[in-house]
Formats: sequence, structure tokens, C-alpha cells
Amino acid sequence: MTVYRKTVAQLSEGLRRKEFSSVELTRVFLERILASQPKLNALISVTGEQALESAQAADRALASGNATPLTGIPIVHKDIFCTQGVKTTCGSRMLESFVSPYDATVVAKLKSAGTVMLGKANMDEFAMGSSNETSFFGAVRNPWNTDLVPGGSSGGSAAVVAARLAPAATATDTGGSIRQPAALCGVTGVKPTYGRVSRYGMIAFASSLDQAGIIAATAEDAALLLRAMAGFDPNDSTSVEREVPDYFGSLNAPLEGLKIGLLKEFFDKGLDAEVERRIRDALSVYEKLGATLREVSLPNLPLSVPAYYVVAPAECSSNLARFDGVRFGHRCENPRDLMDLYKRSRGEGFGAEVKRRIMTGTYVLSAGYYDAYYLKAQKVRQLIAGDFARAFSEVDVVIGPTTPTPAFAIGAKTSDPVTMYLNDIYTIGANLAGVPAMSLPCGFVQGLPVGLQIVAPHFGEARMLNVAHLYQRETDWHARLPGEYS
Amino acid sequence: MALTASQIENIAHLARLELKQAEVPAYQETLSRIFAFVGELDRAQTASVAPMAHPLPGQSQRLRPDLVTEQDRHELYQANAPQVSAGLYLVPKVIE
Repeated sequence: MTVYRKTVAQLSEGLRRKEFSSVELTRVFLERILASQPKLNALISVTGEQALESAQAADRALASGNATPLTGIPIVHKDIFCTQGVKTTCGSRMLESFVSPYDATVVAKLKSAGTVMLGKANMDEFAMGSSNETSFFGAVRNPWNTDLVPGGSSGGSAAVVAARLAPAATATDTGGSIRQPAALCGVTGVKPTYGRVSRYGMIAFASSLDQAGIIAATAEDAALLLRAMAGFDPNDSTSVEREVPDYFGSLNAPLEGLKIGLLKEFFDKGLDAEVERRIRDALSVYEKLGATLREVSLPNLPLSVPAYYVVAPAECSSNLARFDGVRFGHRCENPRDLMDLYKRSRGEGFGAEVKRRIMTGTYVLSAGYYDAYYLKAQKVRQLIAGDFARAFSEVDVVIGPTTPTPAFAIGAKTSDPVTMYLNDIYTIGANLAGVPAMSLPCGFVQGLPVGLQIVAPHFGEARMLNVAHLYQRETDWHARLPGEYS
Repeated sequence: MALTASQIENIAHLARLELKQAEVPAYQETLSRIFAFVGELDRAQTASVAPMAHPLPGQSQRLRPDLVTEQDRHELYQANAPQVSAGLYLVPKVIE
């Protein structure tokens, strides 16, 4: 098999058996990245020189027997993660020339596990978007059809894995930003439980929702990487002190007796009929594996998108107040006074969608409106979390579609923000409730990938990955590659 | 809910964002649409519901002992600042 088609698990074995070296792998993927850039624009920075240095170090570690299962595996980091000495832009003009003085915990952990960073993935500006069109560095294109969006905000990470420019990429999910692009690009994306993976050094968007995760070709690879990324970090005050289970070791647990909940609200009138058919097909695979299906209802779920578009902008307006043109980031030319410096630096540094969310947040937090919007949304959020808790007292996991439709055309939804926001209708609930969720490929509609979403209770990642892995043992949707990159 | 142009200008001022006059109508339209959309929250019965304080049940913000743990690395951090002199961030004069 051509080396770039291999999964992380297969590459790890090949490195150990000396079928190829990490330097050779790194060269293969760097070449694929450079060849794809004009078409896909999936990366903002390519760190070829550093990558080859880390690959040499990885090869030495492999030779001396000091290797982890991830030693020498090339990966790409979403450009929201701070990388020491490397440009970290978050897809924004505001941070166009920001060179991070430190590594995010996720980056540090994956580095110490021996992975090789190839570069930084393109993304929606400050992770605000569902199509990757808000990036200051230009839209990312979907490897399955370059007229279409890859999804967002981790569209670069998803496109990287779909086109096998790297076997895996880090990503973040505030309202669906891992799962939605994973679905639209036909790859596997995991958003862990809130607090499971450290947010230290991950540029903040909405701190009560943001969670780091991974996009890979398979659930098995995601398990390998998540095991290395997860865990307590004293530098993140929301990091949870709880042991990381062996996600890899439990992948093959039988599904006999698994209770799957079908969320009534996921199979609504907005769901494309062909997408629904692929989801139903996937559910019948689970029935064959011994799982039972039953309908569950989360009556407050239809309010998840409006609740999110109060909570997330409110937190974003507060988090993005740090970009003041004084300490780091863009500063306007010749400011007249301090107010002018703030306003013009921010006005020039942020794109339209980011400004829209900052203004939405500023308004809902302003005097006289706080109770009507922010407090109300946090109450609705509590109702949605309660719905999930009730559902998980009846079933082990909830399964449904990740998105209502396959990938849409670039430019199709940019004129109306609300239409764009509704892309995340099936994914936002998990963020509001803090539960883990993932998307995996389950077929195609008119040649475009469809994503199956699995949602699990808090800290149920091991079971969730197990449920995904056994589906991938029965099917080969996850192994299909877009023609040009196969 | 429709926002007026002057409301948009006021919100932008509070958020310290300069908007060009020509940009105001577009923000007026899209923000009005967003607020009409989030107005759906009014349908929810929340009289007896406590607002969520943490996404994980029973968790609260962790505190740490009040000890100095960071080193002074201001030179490294200030390497990213637009304008620095003698270890200080420079801004236009604020006191006459």
C-alpha cells in the first residue's frame, strides 16, 4: 500500500519494522502538502525544515528503542494552537505576524510523544465559521470537490486528512467545528468531553464551550492520538483531574446489548432524505452487531442554536477584548489617541464575521439586556443538558446525522449568517451540554461524504470510540479517498 | 427585532471597533436577523431553572495556591508587541 494511504496505526508499525523512516514519511507528506496548496489552501504555514529536524530526532529515538506509538508520525496542528517559534495566526489578520513564545499543552504533549509537526492548518478566523470562508488567508476547498466548502471551523484540518496531506490533524470544536468539517470531508473527528483535553495555549473563542480534539482517518487513530493529548493540566483552570482511560485498548469491546438512542429531533424536516438513508443504513449495521435501537427525545434541542448564538458571542466578545493593539497583534498606523488605537486596530485586524460576533456579544452583555439574553440562554442550556442526562439514563450512546446535508458550494451561505449558523443544528447540543461526540464517514450522496454522529455521556470517549471502531471494521467508507488524492 | 444605525454605532463603540459608515447598514441587517433568531429563546419555560454555571455537573472553577509560579519572561513576550521601549508598552499619550 502506498505509504500516505496508511493509518497512524499502520505507519507506527511500519516505522517500528523499519519499512520506512520518519524522515521519508515526512518528505512524502510535505510534498503532498506543497502540491495541494494551490488547490486546497489547507495550510497557513508549512514548517518543512523543523519537520525534518524532528523526524531525524524521531528516527534516532526509534533506533534506540525510546519510541512511543506516535514517534515519527507526521501531523498538522490547527493554527489556533500556539506553537513556540512558529507563526500562530488563528486565521486572522490580527495575528498575521504573531510568533508564539510557547507551546500549547496539546502541542507539547504530542511533541513529547514524538510526533512531527508539518505545519499549521487553515481555519475560520478565530474559529468562527462553518465553512472556512472567514479565514483571512482565504477559503479552504473541499478535496472531494474544490467548488465546495470543507466545513469549518477546522476545515483545514479536515481537508488535510481527507487528502492525506498528513495522517491526522489537531482541531477544536466550540459548536461543531471538528465534527461538521469531518463529516463534509469524509474523515473521523472527535470532540472530547469539555475539560478532557487542555485548552492552555489554544486561542480562546468561547471558554465554556471550546474543546480540543482530533481529526484522523479512523477511530483507532483518533484513540491513539487522544490518549496522548488528554489529561489534567494545571495551566487550564477548566481541565479535569481524572485519569485518561486506554482508549486504544478498549476499541474492540463487543457491542452486544449496546443501547443506541435515535434522537427524534435529529431526524427532522431539515434532514436531507438521502443523508437520512445513509444514517439508517449505518444503524442497521449496528443492529447486526447486536445493538438495540430506541427513540429518545430531547425536547429543548431545537433551541440549541439560538442559545449558542447568545452564549458563544458573549464569551467571544470578552475573550477577544485582549486584542487591543498594545501587547501583541495588529496595530493601526499613526493612532491619534488611545481610543483611536483600540478602535482602528480592532476594526482593521478582525474580519466581518468576528466583528459581528463581538458586537452580538457586546449587546447581549450590555446593561439591561444581560438577563433577557445571556441569563436566559444559560437557563436554556441547563434544560438542554438535562435533556441529554435523561437520554443517557435510557441509552448508552445517541446516534444520528452530523449535518443536515453534504458539503455546499463556496459562497452559497455567506450572505445570511443565520443560514450559516443552522449548519451546526445537530452538533451544537453536545457543546452546550459538555458531552463528547464524534463524526465518522457512513457513505456518500452524489459523490460527497456523509457523516454519522455518535454522542456519548460525559467522559464516555472510550465507549464512543469503541462504537465507531466496530462500525469501521464492518465498513470501508473511512478508507475511500477523493480521486485526485487517492 | 430591528436595530437602528445609531444602536449599531453604539455597540461598535462599546466593543471598541471602528466601523466605516458604509459598513453600518450591513451590520444593521445581519445583527437584526441574528437577534430575531435568538429571540426564539423566549419560547422556553425557564422560570424555575437555574442558569448553567459549568458544563460538567457538580464542577466549579478550580483554584490554586496563591504562589508565584511564573518566571519573568517579559522580553520574550514583548517581542510580539507593536511598540516597546525600556521594557514598557508604548501607546499614544493618555495624560496631558
